[in-house]
Amino acid sequence: MADAGNRSGTAPPISGGVTRARVEAGLRRRYRRERRFRLYGLASVLLGIGFLVVLFATIIGNGWSAFRQAYIRLDVTIDAAEIDPEGTRDPGVLSVANYPALLRAALLEKFPEASGRRERRELAGLLSGGAAFALRDAVLADPGIIGTTRSFWLLADDDADLYVKGRLPTGDDGEGGRLSSAQRGWLDALGADGRVELRFNRAFFTSGDSRDPEQAGIWGATKGSFFMLLVTILVAFPLGVAAAIYLEEFAPRNAWVDVIEVNINNLAAVPSIVFGLLGLAVFINFFGLPRSAPLVGGLVLALMTLPVIIIAARASIKAVPPSVREAALGVGASHVQMVFHHVLPLALPGMLTGAIIGMARALGESAPLLMIGMVAFVVEIPSGPLSPSTALPVQIYLWADSPERAFVERTSAAIMVLLAFLLVMNAAAVWLRNRFERRW
Amino acid sequence: MGASVQERGSRPTPEVSRTMSTSSREMSARAGQEPATTVGDITARDPVMTVRNANVHYGETHAIKDVSLDVGRNEVIALIGPSGCGKSTFLRCLNRMNDTIESARVTGDFRLDGQDIYDRSNDVVMLRARIGMVFQKPNPFPKSIYENVAYGPRIHGLASNRAELDDIVYGSLERAGLLDEVKSRIDEPGTGLSGGQQQRLCIARAIAVNPEVILMDEPCSALDPIATARIEDLIDELTQNYAIAIVTHSMQQAARVSQRTAYFHLGRLVEVGPTEKIFTNPSHKLTEDYVTGRFG
Ligand SMILES: Nc1ncnc2c1ncn2[C@@H]1O[C@H](COP(=O)(O)OP(=O)(O)OP(=O)(O)O)[C@@H](O)[C@H]1O
Ligand SMILES: [Mg+2]
Repeated sequence: MADAGNRSGTAPPISGGVTRARVEAGLRRRYRRERRFRLYGLASVLLGIGFLVVLFATIIGNGWSAFRQAYIRLDVTIDAAEIDPEGTRDPGVLSVANYPALLRAALLEKFPEASGRRERRELAGLLSGGAAFALRDAVLADPGIIGTTRSFWLLADDDADLYVKGRLPTGDDGEGGRLSSAQRGWLDALGADGRVELRFNRAFFTSGDSRDPEQAGIWGATKGSFFMLLVTILVAFPLGVAAAIYLEEFAPRNAWVDVIEVNINNLAAVPSIVFGLLGLAVFINFFGLPRSAPLVGGLVLALMTLPVIIIAARASIKAVPPSVREAALGVGASHVQMVFHHVLPLALPGMLTGAIIGMARALGESAPLLMIGMVAFVVEIPSGPLSPSTALPVQIYLWADSPERAFVERTSAAIMVLLAFLLVMNAAAVWLRNRFERRW
Repeated sequence: MGASVQERGSRPTPEVSRTMSTSSREMSARAGQEPATTVGDITARDPVMTVRNANVHYGETHAIKDVSLDVGRNEVIALIGPSGCGKSTFLRCLNRMNDTIESARVTGDFRLDGQDIYDRSNDVVMLRARIGMVFQKPNPFPKSIYENVAYGPRIHGLASNRAELDDIVYGSLERAGLLDEVKSRIDEPGTGLSGGQQQRLCIARAIAVNPEVILMDEPCSALDPIATARIEDLIDELTQNYAIAIVTHSMQQAARVSQRTAYFHLGRLVEVGPTEKIFTNPSHKLTEDYVTGRFG
C-alpha cells in the first residue's frame, strides 16, 4: 500500500508518447554536439602528433648522419728511420714516435702536387688527429710491420667527413671556408679512387668527449648518467616509498602532518635549478663531496624526484580498495601486516611506474647539474660514481654550444640516444603497469 | 498509515537533494516519537557477547542509538530491518571494524566473555581472531584461492607445517561448500570466481581461523538457492561450536537459521525475541509492519 502511494506520487506527469516526441526532437542536436566534441578531441590529438613528427623528423634528419663516419684509405710506408731509428723495437720509443710525419708522407706521395707550406698543412688536415693514434696502436700491436708499406683506413677530419656526407654547404668556399677548394679536390680524387668510405661510427658510442667532433662520443656521458640514476634510484625510491607508507598509513592526523603534506606538494613544483643550488651548498660546500661527480648529481636528482615518487606512491596506496584492507583486518591481521601483506603488493606497480617516470625526468634534467660542476669538459670515461663526468643532457648542451659544424649532427644524434633511453624507460613503466594490472 | 503515505507522496521534489545532516536530524526527530526502550528480552541464556547502550556516530549521523543486546553461545541471532537502519554498523562494532572508519565514534559497553573489548588491555588483533567476519560485499584477496583461506591461519600460526595448513584450507573450503568447485583451480586467483563463489570463499576464510563468534553481513545476498541452502546448513553446523550474528534481508532465511531475531529501525533496536515470536506474534507495530511486508 505504501509502495502504491509512493509510485503514484512520483510518476512522471507526461505520457510515454510525449516523452518519445521530446527525445526525438533533442536527439539530433545531442548527436551533433557529441560529434563536434569528438572532432575537437581528434583535432588536438592530430596536432600533438604533428608536432611530435616535426620534432622527430628534425632531430633524426639532423642526426642520423652522425652514426656514420668517413674514413680514408692510405698506403702508409712505416719508415723505420722515422719512428725507430735505432732499431730497438722498444715500445717506449715506438709509442712516442712521430706518426703524423708518416701520414703526411703518405698523403704527399698520393698528391705530390701539394708543394707550399699552406697546401701541405691543408693536405694533412684531411685526416683527424686521431688517425696518427690509430697508426701508433697498429704498430705497437704488431712491430713486425715496421719497414713495410700497408694500407690503412684512417679517420677523416670532421670537415672532410661533412664534405663526404654532403653536409658542408658549398657556398663557403675560399678564404673563410672550412674546406679549401684544394682539399675538396683531393677528397673528390680520393673518392673516385675508392679510397673514401662511410663506416659505422663506433667511436661515437664508445668514447668520451673530445674537442675534435670526429673523435667525440657519448659513452662517457652515458656512463655518467647511469651512475647518477643509480644513485638517484637507490636513494629516492626507498626514501620515497617509506615516506609515502608512513604518511598514508601510520602518521597521526594533525597539523604537523598537514604541513608536511603541503610542503611535499610544494617541493614537487620547485624549479630544478634550485635543487642544484641546494646540492652545491649542502653536498659540495658543506659535506665536501667532489665536484662534477655523479654521486652528487644523483643525490641532487634524488632530492628532485623524491616528491614525485612520494606523491605517486601515496596515490597508488590510496587506490588500494578499502575492501581488501577490511578483509585483512577482519581475519585478524595487524595494521602492519595488512600494509605489508596486502596493500604494498597491490600498490607496488603504481609506485614503480611513478618511480620510473620520475627517473625519466631525472635523466633528462640538466639545469641542476650545471650548478654542481657536471658541465666540465671530461674526456675520460668515468669509472665510478666518484669520478668526474658529465651527463647525457649536459653533453647535448655542451655540443650544442660548440662552434664546430660537425657537432650539429652529433648533438642531434645524442638527443636521439637520450630520447631512446627515455622511450625505453616509459615503455618499461607501461609494461609494468600492464604486467601487474590489478585484478579484483 | 494512510496519512503518512499522503505525506510521502506529496513531498516537493527539492527535498530529494537535502543534505545528509538535515535528513539525519529529521531522522532523530522522528525516532524521538518512537519508544526509546527495546521491546522484548535483550539477554541471552548463555551470553558470549553483551552490548549495553551502544551509540555510533558517523560525524553528524547518529547511526546506532542506545542499543543493548546479547549474543548467546551456540546461538544464531538474526539482525533484520530496513536498509540503512544500522545493522551493518552494529555488527561492525562487535569486532571493532568501525575503528578503521575515521568519522565513526563508538560509545557503550561491549563485552566478549565478560571482558571489555574496547578496553586498552584488550588487543584488537586478538579480538578479530576470535570474532570472524563475513562482509556484505565479497572481498577476497587478489591472491590464489588457497592463499585466501591460508592467510588467517598462517598469520596466527595455527598450523605448524604445510600438511596441517592444507588440512585447514581444504577443510574450510569443504565446510563452506566450495571445495568441489575449486579443487582443480586452487592456485588460481580468488577474484576470478563468481560472486557467489567469492562469498563462500570469504566464509571459508573466516572459519579457517576457527573463531568463537562469526559475524555475517548478508552472506547470501549474492547466492543462488542451492548455495544459500548450503550456507544455511553450514550455519546450523557451526552453531554447535560458535555464536553467529547474521544480518539478512530475507525473512525466510532469518526464520530458518536463527533462534533469536532483533529488529532494527532507524538506528534503534525496536524489538528482540525468539525468532518464532518475532515472525508470528510481534509486539511492536513497526516490527509487525516489517515482517508482514508492509514496510520497506
Ligand atoms: N562509513 C560511513 N560514513 C558515514 N555514514 C555511514 C557510514 N556507514 C554507514 N553510514 C550511515 O549509517 C547508517 C546505517 O548504515 P548501515 O550500513 O549500518 O545500514 P544497514 O542496516 O546495514 O543497511 P543495508 O541493509 O542497506 O546494508 C546509514 O544512514 C548510513 O548512511
Ligand atoms: Mg549493511
